[in-house]
Amino acid sequence: MVKPIIETHGLSRIFHRGAVEVPALENVDLQVNEGEFLCLMGPSGSGKTTLLNLIAGIDQPTSGELRVLGEDVASMGEDRLAAWRNAHVGFVFQTFNLIPVLTAFENVEMPLLLTRLSASERKKHVLVALELVGLQDRSDHYPRQLSGGQEQRVAIARAIVTDPTLIIADEPTGDLDARAAEEILGILVGLNRDYGKTIIMVTHDPRAARHATVTRHLEKGQLLPLEEAVATPTAGSPPASVETEKAHAAHI
Amino acid sequence: MAIPIKYNWRNLVVRRTTTILTAFSITLTVAVSVVLMALANGLETSLSTTGHPLNVMIMREGSQAEGFSSVSREGVRIIKDLDGIAKDDRGEPFVSPESIVLTSLLREGRTQGSNVTIRGLGPDGVALRPDFKIVQGRMFRFGLREVIVSRRISQRFQNCRLGDRLKFGRGYWNVVGIFNAGTSAYNSEIWTDVEGLMSEFRRDQYNDVLARVTSADAAVRVRDQVTTDQRLHLKPVMERDYFASQMQTATPIRIFGGLIAVLMAVGASFAAMNTMYAAVARRSREMGTLRALGFSRASVLFSFVVESMLIGALGGALGCLMSLAINGVTTGTTNFTSFGEMAFDFRVSPELLAAGMAFAVFMGLVGGFFPAWRSARQSVVNALRSS
Repeated sequence: MVKPIIETHGLSRIFHRGAVEVPALENVDLQVNEGEFLCLMGPSGSGKTTLLNLIAGIDQPTSGELRVLGEDVASMGEDRLAAWRNAHVGFVFQTFNLIPVLTAFENVEMPLLLTRLSASERKKHVLVALELVGLQDRSDHYPRQLSGGQEQRVAIARAIVTDPTLIIADEPTGDLDARAAEEILGILVGLNRDYGKTIIMVTHDPRAARHATVTRHLEKGQLLPLEEAVATPTAGSPPASVETEKAHAAHI
Repeated sequence: MAIPIKYNWRNLVVRRTTTILTAFSITLTVAVSVVLMALANGLETSLSTTGHPLNVMIMREGSQAEGFSSVSREGVRIIKDLDGIAKDDRGEPFVSPESIVLTSLLREGRTQGSNVTIRGLGPDGVALRPDFKIVQGRMFRFGLREVIVSRRISQRFQNCRLGDRLKFGRGYWNVVGIFNAGTSAYNSEIWTDVEGLMSEFRRDQYNDVLARVTSADAAVRVRDQVTTDQRLHLKPVMERDYFASQMQTATPIRIFGGLIAVLMAVGASFAAMNTMYAAVARRSREMGTLRALGFSRASVLFSFVVESMLIGALGGALGCLMSLAINGVTTGTTNFTSFGEMAFDFRVSPELLAAGMAFAVFMGLVGGFFPAWRSARQSVVNALRSS
């Protein structure tokens, strides 16, 4: 039986620009089950990145309920939230966001510095993560010495090195050419299919969305009903996506 | 867990020009501060190490300095017979009646003169100064127009080298020796026979008497005898205490040095602050990423403060290195008690270097704190959005 690891009820986020209130997200009800590869799509300003940030715990909602991995993320204090992110969430950014003065190895190791692992244990984890993305022989290279696709692969290695349950990917292929984008999406699909990682990806690109098991659309801060969304089966996992779609329909 | 320090160090290396320029403002501040304090240090060391612990200086009651004191020949005779006065090698009372004269001599390479102390000593005068050593030539002979000059005065003033003829009083005197008196204030003087000096300046009274006592208890007895003898009107003071009390000469230097240091430090801290504000702005997205990965606000704050302190430490190290060039260099000032030239060496002590480094790191801390605070306060979302 699949269990939901993300549940939102009436989730809203309003930004204040001086005296003006900008509602970025309005009354979003969403359920994401464990092992899903959810794609959020929508035009610019639709609230997809805002929703992603709330789920990832790097932003706080204005109102509504948000439970991620059984935790009421909205009520956590700053330091507890930071520790929670380190343990449960891996991030993949559009611009890779690698630290330029650190090598690939050191970049991947950064999240592990917040754990109790010894240096030798950290090294093992880092090398496993780099091997998973096919970059174990570039571990001592700096980001400037890597191509865009390679940088994003290092970023993915960094995102998975703590073995998080949830991977958040904000336009992970936005800065890549088609070939590199396919490589990255292939890695994400592999993480979802072979390792059971729950992935939430924001993208503008319909080709990228085809790799997800579920696609939801946002428009003007509102999550469109599921019948207007598209469940996109991927090779090897049609049964899982169909069950997911049915579960969503039953929920709504 | 803190953000690894290699992250900060490598960022400083990558922006090495900015790092060096910022550190240099701290370098100058530290160098100037350390040099000024080394000046005060040297002066205080010179005054605090002058004298033998059992030497007593006996002057006229009410005199604050030897130069304003007078002791009669009868007074010297009475002092020699006091209970507690030690005996020299010949079995004679270990005392030296002395006379002080200030004379204006020309500095090397200058047309302006400065007052230099010429001290006339009794036969036991040299033996009473344990740090004394002739380093060139020989000791002057009593009864002749001969002088010995301290090495520092010899280096700084005209006609003070071995073999020179020095003019003061009514005629010329032969420089027959150069001496070293350790780090003491006597290293700023010219010595000769007391009787010859008094005759030259037509004096019939000494300025003071320097006497060795047998023990600390004997010093008390001598003090009591001098102060209660109605014939004397004199006051005894331990030689070390007398010179130590002149350390007020160093006070204006310390105050001036402190003011200069504070003013320069404000400028240097602003330079560090400017650099760190630029660093914070440039690396905002990096900090947002680290926060997203789980690093706390405190670790971001700490990281930038450490980076600024590293700049401070670099500047401090260079400043301390620069200031070492002045260590041991001889300089001089006017002793505000005797009004004579006081030559002494700059003294850059390990404590001063440590203080200089601490000062530099503190400037880095002050300069880095507000930019670091700003970075830590930024929300993760806004930090990730910055370009």
